[in-house]
Amino acid sequence: MTVNKWTAAKVARKVIDNEELFILDVRNPDAFNDWKIEGHKFEYLNIPYFELLDGVEEILPKLPMDKEVLVVCAKEGSSIMVAEMLSEEGREVAYLEGGMKAWSSYLEPIKVADLENGGELYQFVRLGKGCLSYMVISEGEAAIIDAVRFTDVFTSFAKVKGVEIKHVFDTHLHADHISGGRQIAAATGATYYLPPKDATEVVFDYTALTDGLHVTIGSSQIDVNALYSPGHTIGSTSFVIDNQFLLTGDILFIDSIGRPDLAGLAEDWVGDLRETLYSRYRELAVDLVVLPAHFMIIDELNEDGTVARRLGDLFKQNHGLNIEDEEEFRRTVTDNLPPQPNAYEKIRQVNMGKITPDHDEQTEMEIGPNRCAVR
Amino acid sequence: MIQTNLQLDAKGLACPMPIVKTKKAITDLEEGQVLEIQATDKGSKADLAAWASSVGHQYLGTVEDGEVLYHYIRKGSNELEVEKTFEHTVSLDELESRDGFILDVREAAEYAFGHMEGAISIPMGELESRMDELDKEKELYVICRTGRRSDLAAQLLANNGFTKVYNVLPGMNEWNGKISKEV
Repeated sequence: MTVNKWTAAKVARKVIDNEELFILDVRNPDAFNDWKIEGHKFEYLNIPYFELLDGVEEILPKLPMDKEVLVVCAKEGSSIMVAEMLSEEGREVAYLEGGMKAWSSYLEPIKVADLENGGELYQFVRLGKGCLSYMVISEGEAAIIDAVRFTDVFTSFAKVKGVEIKHVFDTHLHADHISGGRQIAAATGATYYLPPKDATEVVFDYTALTDGLHVTIGSSQIDVNALYSPGHTIGSTSFVIDNQFLLTGDILFIDSIGRPDLAGLAEDWVGDLRETLYSRYRELAVDLVVLPAHFMIIDELNEDGTVARRLGDLFKQNHGLNIEDEEEFRRTVTDNLPPQPNAYEKIRQVNMGKITPDHDEQTEMEIGPNRCAVR
Repeated sequence: MIQTNLQLDAKGLACPMPIVKTKKAITDLEEGQVLEIQATDKGSKADLAAWASSVGHQYLGTVEDGEVLYHYIRKGSNELEVEKTFEHTVSLDELESRDGFILDVREAAEYAFGHMEGAISIPMGELESRMDELDKEKELYVICRTGRRSDLAAQLLANNGFTKVYNVLPGMNEWNGKISKEV
């Protein structure tokens, strides 16, 4: 039997298209329990590769014959070994090229909407990490919001679309992933914006992203309006795009809200978070479509793979927007918080420009789920 | 530099090779002997520890030196619980109120990753030749991981004229007190 090689892009299509898949994950159980490839209809078997060194006979009965089987490990070496052993036993299986490392890096661009006069809004879904980046395109120009560090994905996409990247924004200083914003701006000559209150320690030049800042993309004037919305960080800023979309950064997600503790100031920022979610956002039109910077679980994906929901619906359904009692809200977002993201303090330092780790170290720092939210 | 019975160079190898090589190398060791694995694959630490426990070896620890990880694994034994025969024993609790020397007869690598403060290290295999380093007039409390090696060590010492020898039970695997490390 042949051993097939699947790319992360192919697996991403399986997730988005709601297909069935059987994943044989041969990493350590600790790693598997912490983080795995999530799919609506995926089934899993976790047996570490080092328990299969003497043969795979024992697991053969556990592998379905009527489903595709994908062997996954951290970097691909062990999955190739196990896939080859299964192949020798007469099973046709595939392995994930580049392993979980590649999965963590993969971005799937999905169109959220057509805007006026041929404009377009894209969401870049990083399935393996739950990060969401955005690109607004209009009449030969583009703006990018919350770009992740795989900058060539964005610059290549812009090239294919024949647009020039003019503005690059980060809604806040990220703690769970390394921003690609500064590098994209440097490579394209675009303006890089950061909220100044998050940027007090950064060691590079940037343009201040402040409340009320207004830029237009293309001559048809797709509007990007900044709205100061602190709480996850003290500088966190949202965007209203084309009067239709609300980019909430890490303040409001589909099924959860931002956590205020990743810069170590949960107690100080909980009031800001409350103010943003229960006052500022309440003043906005309920028909705005919320586009967050993260998703936490695969169930938050819409049928087309996008992560987007009407603001009015979130006011009804999102638990974090429905805690009337302020004291209870305070407890919810400061007590019993989930574990902090892997290497979050170091990641903040990278995003401040204080340290510049190499590619492999960056990959290592970003391993695991993002954990920016509290439910 | 921790003293071991065998060193394996797995530097530059990616997963799964460090474990594949370790599995092969450890067959050349006797039970209770210690293997040092030099690796550069960061994932090797968690995987070796999990692999060792799944097959009954004892993962002792890892020392990082620049890019290189030095892992230490002691080959496990499948033999049944052996009855301990040395009659003079003290429990870990009793030990705290006693005066005298603690003699740790585990392998050098086991000692390095955690031992009682002030314990003297002489691995069981070296005890016979290094016995003269010890004072026959002083109380000697012999300890290992589970009490099995220390039982044999205590007998050996008693047969060689040590009169104030005690086996400490159960051993370091149950010790929750202060630990000193050499790594």
